[in-house]
Amino acid sequence: MATETVTPSNTTASEAKGSPFVGERSKVSSHISQNEGLIFEKSSPGKKAYRLAPLDVPAVNANALLGKQAREDLGLLPEVSEIEIIRHFTRLSTWNYAIDLGMYPLGSCTMKYNPRVNEMVARLEGIADAHPYQPESLSQGAMRVMWMLQECLKEITGMEAITLQPAAGAHGEFTGILLVRAYHESRGNPRKKILIPDSAHGTNPATAAICGYQVQNLKSNSDGMIDLAELEHLVDEETAALMLTNPSTIGVFESEIHKIADVLHSKGALLYMDGANMNALVGKTRPGDFGVDVMHLNLHKTFSTPHGGGGPGSGPVACKKILEPFLPTPVLVETPANTLTFNYDRPQTIGRVRMFYGNYGMFVRALAYILANGPDGLRQTTEDAVLNANYLRSKLEDVYELPYKTATLHEVVFSDRRQARNGVKTGDIAKRLIDYGFHPYTTSFPMIVPGALMIEPTESESKEELDQFVDAMRQIARETEENPEIILHAPHATRVSRMDEVAAARKPVLRWKPNASVSEAAASSENPPLVPATAAKEY
Amino acid sequence: MRYLPKSPTDRATMLEQIGVGSIDDLFRSIPAEYRLTGDLKIPPQMGEQEIVSLFHAAADRNANGYASFLGAGAYRHYRPVVIDALVQRGEFLTSYTPYQAEISQGTLQAIFEFQTMICELTGMEIANASMYDGSTGAAESVMMAARVTRRSHMVVASTVHPEYREVLRTYAQHQGLSKQRVGYGPDGRIDMQALEAAITDKTACVLIQSPNFFGVIEDVAAIAELAHAKGALLIVSIAEALSLGIVRPPSEADIVSLEAQSFGVAISYGGPYCGVLACKEKFIRQMPGRLTGATVDQQGRRGFVLTLSTREQHIRREKATSNICTNQALVALMTCIYLTIYGKAGMRELAEQNLAKAHYAAQTLGATPGSKLLFANSPRFNEFVLDTTEAPDVLNARLLQQKMIGGLPLAHWYPELRNASLWCATEQNSRAQIDAAAAVLAGKEAPALVYV
Repeated sequence: MATETVTPSNTTASEAKGSPFVGERSKVSSHISQNEGLIFEKSSPGKKAYRLAPLDVPAVNANALLGKQAREDLGLLPEVSEIEIIRHFTRLSTWNYAIDLGMYPLGSCTMKYNPRVNEMVARLEGIADAHPYQPESLSQGAMRVMWMLQECLKEITGMEAITLQPAAGAHGEFTGILLVRAYHESRGNPRKKILIPDSAHGTNPATAAICGYQVQNLKSNSDGMIDLAELEHLVDEETAALMLTNPSTIGVFESEIHKIADVLHSKGALLYMDGANMNALVGKTRPGDFGVDVMHLNLHKTFSTPHGGGGPGSGPVACKKILEPFLPTPVLVETPANTLTFNYDRPQTIGRVRMFYGNYGMFVRALAYILANGPDGLRQTTEDAVLNANYLRSKLEDVYELPYKTATLHEVVFSDRRQARNGVKTGDIAKRLIDYGFHPYTTSFPMIVPGALMIEPTESESKEELDQFVDAMRQIARETEENPEIILHAPHATRVSRMDEVAAARKPVLRWKPNASVSEAAASSENPPLVPATAAKEY
Repeated sequence: MRYLPKSPTDRATMLEQIGVGSIDDLFRSIPAEYRLTGDLKIPPQMGEQEIVSLFHAAADRNANGYASFLGAGAYRHYRPVVIDALVQRGEFLTSYTPYQAEISQGTLQAIFEFQTMICELTGMEIANASMYDGSTGAAESVMMAARVTRRSHMVVASTVHPEYREVLRTYAQHQGLSKQRVGYGPDGRIDMQALEAAITDKTACVLIQSPNFFGVIEDVAAIAELAHAKGALLIVSIAEALSLGIVRPPSEADIVSLEAQSFGVAISYGGPYCGVLACKEKFIRQMPGRLTGATVDQQGRRGFVLTLSTREQHIRREKATSNICTNQALVALMTCIYLTIYGKAGMRELAEQNLAKAHYAAQTLGATPGSKLLFANSPRFNEFVLDTTEAPDVLNARLLQQKMIGGLPLAHWYPELRNASLWCATEQNSRAQIDAAAAVLAGKEAPALVYV
């Protein structure tokens, strides 16, 4: 609970006197959460949470069979009972914020509702138990799901070919840029560089580098968009592709997208689209129609598969016909008999990017989502996502600085310029939002906006939830004027306060050991910290 | 649309607040010629019941109710129900990467416990919060070893999973990494003489798998000695993680790339699974992927944060150790819960059962007329290679008629093993199934399998 008391300027009935809030916290009340140690700290020999079926074959002597390869013991693995496991992980779970609890406005992350029917169908016997090497004749149902998803995604993107193999967005980028490279190589020159706007996700330059390309930065113009003159100046016969996020990371659609594509194509370069922001476009426009040659999708963003605390994701790559020969193997094909088969005989393939066929369980969920929506539902989803973001923009632009006035789609990016005058930065406002019952927005990204507050509400928020968010943001803006101290030490209402990240990085404690004290380890300092002062957070 | 929490009145009110007449006004920045005017050509909106029926129908067209002897990188182990009961809690399922530590302590502490258990199992000092899977994990390990040693040559055992090697080829091709492949000896283990000859002072790493693709356990200590003598790192890839319950951990390795699917992750037609990299602490700054560390809050209370992020793409961009961002967090949580359920005693007991089932299956199937167990005298875990006079495809067709899926034919990847197939027996295979398969191999009428 609150560690400091301040005089509220305007207390309401719902807040006790002495509350560190200028107004009402309508979304949350504090409540008890259970303490819980590490699972290892509950362990004691002889406790069990399992019982195996009796062995129906003769027992073996492991030492005799394995010789010096036999293991002696399993060290510190815990020994606990089933009820302790349920309580342990349930208690831990209550320490997390989640979409299921409320709005999660992380820009670029598309934290939308994860439908429960998706989880149910992914666990059906016959789907969850399907082995990747079982005969194709006994996998037609599993393959048909992939086929249907591929057809839907091709239609949604306006592309002509697709692979579902990449395991996440960055893995999709890797695959897409390898396709670009293979295409150029087939024409005699892999080319040397990839152009990347300064507003791009960090995965873009990291991807270009592992594909053996030099990264050339492209400065945005004063509207936060691609500077066409600069682009024309930089594109040459050694340019392999432009990696473009559209709408951009400030939520702006590149209105001159066809000219961008033309400039690239005139020099033989390709247009790669980072599909992170596809939730702004589905059912309203198609990248394949506006000149994109290859793109990835994030099934865990646009198509509702759960983020699960950081993964798993899935990053299908859709492309034009010219890139189809290079797709990873195997490629799913339909036979004249209407059965499906995997084709491994693809002489120009870039090779595999992952074993088997990809994060299959995510395909099932994404297809279930598409079917639940249909064409009208997908369009309405996109419209609501854009409506929500613009609603927030209109409700907050008088208190937070809007660095780019250009029309935006599914997200809005403010800057902390006004609040920073009182010493309050985007990261502080983000932490203070937690006290009001919201997950923070994305902080300090994109880098073209100093002190960015990047807000993506998605379509999953009701007007009531948005109004509560607006209320919280406006109260924080007032606090910035009246009591900035309270923000600088936020959050106050959480189980733990701000963590000592510098100590964590200086003397990393990455695993539990008996009798080791974290605070001692954290207090000692030998190495310089690895945390930059203004580290960009996740997006 | 039932997932959208808005009434027409809400939408109208919001448009009015924004100051536009219609929703299409908000899409004006998209040039008119690219705006869709009609519906996407995808199936119409379905109700929940229709969706469930559709996927039931798909599931029914798969190999439902078959006994299976497939392994080869995807292992059939029993999944305790507690796992799904816990990972389907919305606070785990629907949360993002735990960057906001104050409201992510649940995920962070669970990852810290996961990292600890992976270290205990593998004999390594640190472990990351997960990679996509075993195949990409192996490729990332090789690139990591190249950064650590500043060398660009790799030596790869031909007994590493063939699909892992294909992925490695895709990753390595633009990294300037050259490769030498080392074959296997008559015992199914890596050819030590050829290995010794292949490693030079230009070798960044030796990549092996153990148990290897034939199910044979390698002599990690001896291989490590050869690698280390030339200053190369040893990477041990482990596809069947349950083997660690009874097989000596590869402590002599420098990097262990584990596929943890065996720990309670549904086989799910090949994914999502859970790769994880573990290594010696001195390589920490070259480690790809997220790491969770313990620290304290402002009041000195223990807590956890993602740490050492300057290795990662969102800070370092093109100089990052990897482009990985989204990983397999929820799957890592599944494996963490699984390891907690079985724990120190259960992992051993379960691994022993696998050892016993596979030993029985190998002896029984290997004793059928025309069949021969290959690499019979080498230590194995739950997989073995069977050589048959009949072609495996023909044999498997007969097994399928009895609702059994036989071993994986190896000739596609190992032409010299023309009639060999890779079999796996786990705690999920009953003695009756093994005996029935043996009867089919022997050309006899198989006793009907009773599924209760």
